[in-house]
Formats: sequence, structure tokens, C-alpha cells
Amino acid sequence: MMDFSIHITGFVALYIFMLAGFAGWVIIGNVPAILHTPLMSGSNFVHGIVVVGGIFTLLNASTVQEQAIGFVAVLLGAGNAAGGFAVTDRMLAMFQMSGHQTKHAKPHHAKKASRHATKA
Amino acid sequence: MLKAIEQLSIGATDLAGIAQLTIGATYLVAAFLFMYGLKRMSSPVTAPSGILVAGVGMLADVLVSFLYVFDVSAAAKPHLTVNLGLAVLALVVGGGLAWWGGKKVAMTAMPQMVAIYNGMGGGAAGAIAAVELFGNKAQGVTQLVVTLIGALIGAVSLSGSVIAWAKLDGVIHKPLRVRGQQFLNGVVLLATLAVGGYLIFALQDGTDPLITPMITMPRLIYLFFGLALLYGVMMTLPIGGADMPVVISIYNAFTGLAVGLEGFVLQNPALMIAGMVVGAAGTLLTLLMARAMNRSVSNVLFTNFGGASKRKRSHLKGSLKPTEAADAGIFMRYAKSVIIVPGYGLAAAQGQQKLYEFVKLLQASGVSVKFAIHPVAGRMPGQMDVLLAEAGVPYDLIFQLDDINEEFKTTDVALVIGANDVVNPEARTDKSSPIFGMPILNADQAKKVYVVKRGEGKGYAGIVNPLFYADNCNMVYGDAAAVLAKMIEAVRGLSAQAA
Repeated sequence: MMDFSIHITGFVALYIFMLAGFAGWVIIGNVPAILHTPLMSGSNFVHGIVVVGGIFTLLNASTVQEQAIGFVAVLLGAGNAAGGFAVTDRMLAMFQMSGHQTKHAKPHHAKKASRHATKA
Repeated sequence: MLKAIEQLSIGATDLAGIAQLTIGATYLVAAFLFMYGLKRMSSPVTAPSGILVAGVGMLADVLVSFLYVFDVSAAAKPHLTVNLGLAVLALVVGGGLAWWGGKKVAMTAMPQMVAIYNGMGGGAAGAIAAVELFGNKAQGVTQLVVTLIGALIGAVSLSGSVIAWAKLDGVIHKPLRVRGQQFLNGVVLLATLAVGGYLIFALQDGTDPLITPMITMPRLIYLFFGLALLYGVMMTLPIGGADMPVVISIYNAFTGLAVGLEGFVLQNPALMIAGMVVGAAGTLLTLLMARAMNRSVSNVLFTNFGGASKRKRSHLKGSLKPTEAADAGIFMRYAKSVIIVPGYGLAAAQGQQKLYEFVKLLQASGVSVKFAIHPVAGRMPGQMDVLLAEAGVPYDLIFQLDDINEEFKTTDVALVIGANDVVNPEARTDKSSPIFGMPILNADQAKKVYVVKRGEGKGYAGIVNPLFYADNCNMVYGDAAAVLAKMIEAVRGLSAQAA
């Protein structure tokens, strides 16, 4: 008989909440202001994990009402996760681009030159 | 025959066990990936990979959660096929639409997009709580209380985020206030808590909570959610647009908390950990933002700042002095140093690209150019950094308030584009000003100040800015992108003449 079901009760839950909360606090504490918006968006993406709870609820639905509300839960949760990722990824990709340009002093000339080279 | 059935049922429990093991192990790995991903987002260099790391964790969690089909309750077994179909449909539709929206939206509209996605998360947490309540699934008073608190927070976050979105998107223009707003809000909150308290009492008792035929349990649950949603709306409506970033950040933390609490109810450690990490991180982020505006969070929520100021403005000295964009452009071409203060107006006009083009022209002429970013420039902390990065501005040109504020004194020109409240010297001097005490960029201390602005209107906070009337300040009226185009043209014209 295999039983790997998870039981989190009373104080164990409080320990998890406390440690997770502390982790979140410390992680954000080190973030420069320049990244605040992407980070808000990134943490917004992370709580999109609620979609997993929605899936669990919907799969365990046994009435039409539960199915309907469970469907809404998965729909909204999926929106939170997918949208959060798309937006955060777009914001952060811009940092990658501008970071790239700092490394190469004159990117525009370099690019043009290489383009001409390939054409020739 | 009997033996075969027995073996089959053992096979089923084994399968459930394997599913539980796989789910548990994946959640563990994903919890690590979420925190490691957020950690990587703490530096611009590693940030783009940070979101990918967290994304992998999310994808793994979502995929593995379908293993729950091997471990559903007996009551749900007959509905499994339908439920599975519904889950896939909801994932594809909800995820697909949001993905499409997130890819398509303009960078300037990001804050309200975050608000909407955040509201969705709060709504999902609320919906999970609703299923628990309607089915009376919670075991024990603790779970019931936690379910209700999560439901309340999730619902407030949902309706509050929608209002925040409407405000940022311009659907709702002015803060809506009625006499005795705080009192009314308090009444609604108390009513919500009272209904919640009664639900706890009735649901855990197991007796029929029917008082009259009108008040049934489902109706009470509907009432609870209705009141919670109403409270979210009423709490957000009176808050001015300038404070929306802080409000969105609060609701972000709220949703995280709601998700964590519902995670406890569902006995799901992935939700508990991810939710609580965001709950704490969002709280800290909110405090940082509020501190940047020199206001406390309770101040933001309960003191209706951000509307039009009614105070008389009799002590304004000087006058508004409009000038031509071309003149301003040429003046800067011959300056030694220029500090640019960008604000939301620049973003709204989509002028970032033109601005960087102008900056490159100035740099080519030997002018030292720097960008000064106020912590709450734009509509969200860091948003201006993102927009400048979008235009390709290297981030070694971008300076935060504390790093550059001393340099204004020794700078020839401060070019303020579409920013207003963040350079309002009243914040330093006028104790009666609603923004008194907020750290501002000392653009007024530069030898010359140009302010690019669409018109003579007030800033987002609705306060008159004495900087605009100062002797060393000239106004350049017009759309930021159009003004910058004229400046570029003027400076190019000079170079052409020289050649």
C-alpha cells in the first residue's frame, strides 16, 4: 500500500507560511528599483500557480455547480499564469537588449557593417 | 474473478500512490524553481532567465496536476471525463486569451495589464473557496476559517484590481467619493465579516442553518461573496489615479496571500509556498513604493489623495514662458551637460525612440547626457526604466533619484518630458502641499530647465507646479514625440550647416 498523500496541519502549515514568507521578503529586498515593475509582474505570474488548485478542484467536482465554478477557477488561474508570463517575459527581454548594447560600444555601425558584409 | 478484481483495485491504489509521489516531487522542485527564478530577477543581467526558470516550474506543476485524475474522490469519478475536458478547455481558452493579450498590449499599458492578471488570480482563489464552501468540504473550524479569509481577500483583490484597471485605462477618470465614504466602507466590511462569521458557525455545526425559507446556506454564501466584491470596489474607487501603483501592489500581495491560504485548504504545498512568497514579496514591494512617495500605506488607502487640490494658489511667482522646440533643441546642443527627466507623458506619446535618437545626436556633439528616474515615474516603479530599455537606452545612462539628485546643481540643462509631480519643488518647501515630503528630482536646481508638456494642465496628482513658473524654466508645449522630432530636426539642421 503506497500512500504519498500530503497532510499539512496546524503548526506545519504555519512553519511553511513563515519560511516561505521570509524567503519572499529576503528575495525582494535585494531587487534594484529598476526592476520593480518586472518584479511585480513576475510575482504576479508566480501566484498564477492558483491554476493548479483550480485543476484539482475541477477534477474533483461532482455537481454542475462545482463544475461551473471550477471551470471559472481554471479559466482565471490560467489567465493569471499565461498573461503574467507573457508580460514579464516581454519586459525582461528589453533589459536583455539594452544590456547587449552597452557591451558593444557602437552597435548600430557594427550591425550595418556586418549587414553590408553579408550582402556583398 | 474476484481475485482479479481485487488485484485491479490494488493496482488502482498503487496508481494513486505513484501519482501522489510524482505530484509531491514535482511541487518540491517547482517551489525551488519559483524562488530561484525570483532571485534571478533581482539583477538586470540574470532577470530574463529568471522568468524562464519560474516558467519551467509553472509548466511542470500544471502538467503534473493532471495526474490528480488517478486520485479523485469517489463522488467525482463518474464525472471525470467531463471534468478533464472542462479543465483542458479552460486552460486553453483562459491561458490562450491572456497570452495573446499579454503579447499584444503596448508597453505603456503594462500596469493595468498586471492589474487584470492579478485580479484573475484573486478570482481563481475566490472560486476555489466557493467550491469548498458550497460543498461544505472544509474539515474542521481551522480550514473553514482559512477558506473564508482566503475567499474574502481573493474577492476583494478581484474587484479592486478591476477598478484599478479601469482607472489606469481611463475608463474611470475621477476618484469617486461620497460623504462618509470611510464609514460606509467600514459598514460593508463589517457586514461581510458578520456573514462570514455566521457561515463558520453554521457550516461547522452541520445543522440546517435555515433561519427563514428566504435565508438558505447557498444564498448566504452568495451574499458573502457579493459583499466582499462590493468592498473591493468601494475601497478602490476613492483612491486617486496617482496612487494606483501602490494599490496594484497591495492587491498583488493580497492575491498571493489568498492563494497561499486556499493552498492550505486544498493541502497543496505548491500553492502555499508560491502564494506566501508572493504575499510577503508583494507586501515589501508595496512598502518600498509607498516609502518612495513618502507616504504610509494606510495613508494611501484611507486619505483620498490624488484628487484635485482645492487650495488657493496665490503665492505663485513668475509666469509660464513658452518657447519653441527648435530653440530648446539647439540650446541643449551647445550645453555641456543635460539631465533628462522622463515621465508618463513621454510614454503616452510613445516618444522613447525619438528621445534616444535625440540623445545620440547630443552625445555625438559631445554633450554629456544622463537620465534621472524618479522611483514612481510613469505609473509604476521601474516602468520608466523598462520603457527606456525598450527604446535601447543603455542602462549605464540611467540613474535613480539618490544617485543623481546632487548633480542637478552642476548641470546646464534639465529636460523634463511629460513628468510633473516628481519635479514639483513644493514637495520640499510647502508644508500644506499634499505631496510635501515626497522625495523629488531637483530639476529646478539646474541652470536651465525645459519642460515638455502637452498643455497647461495639472499633473496626475492634480497639483500646480511652481517649477513651471520659475525664472530659469521654459515650457515647450506639444506632444512629446512631435516636440522631440522638431528638436532632432533643428540639431541636424545645424550640423548640416556646419558641414
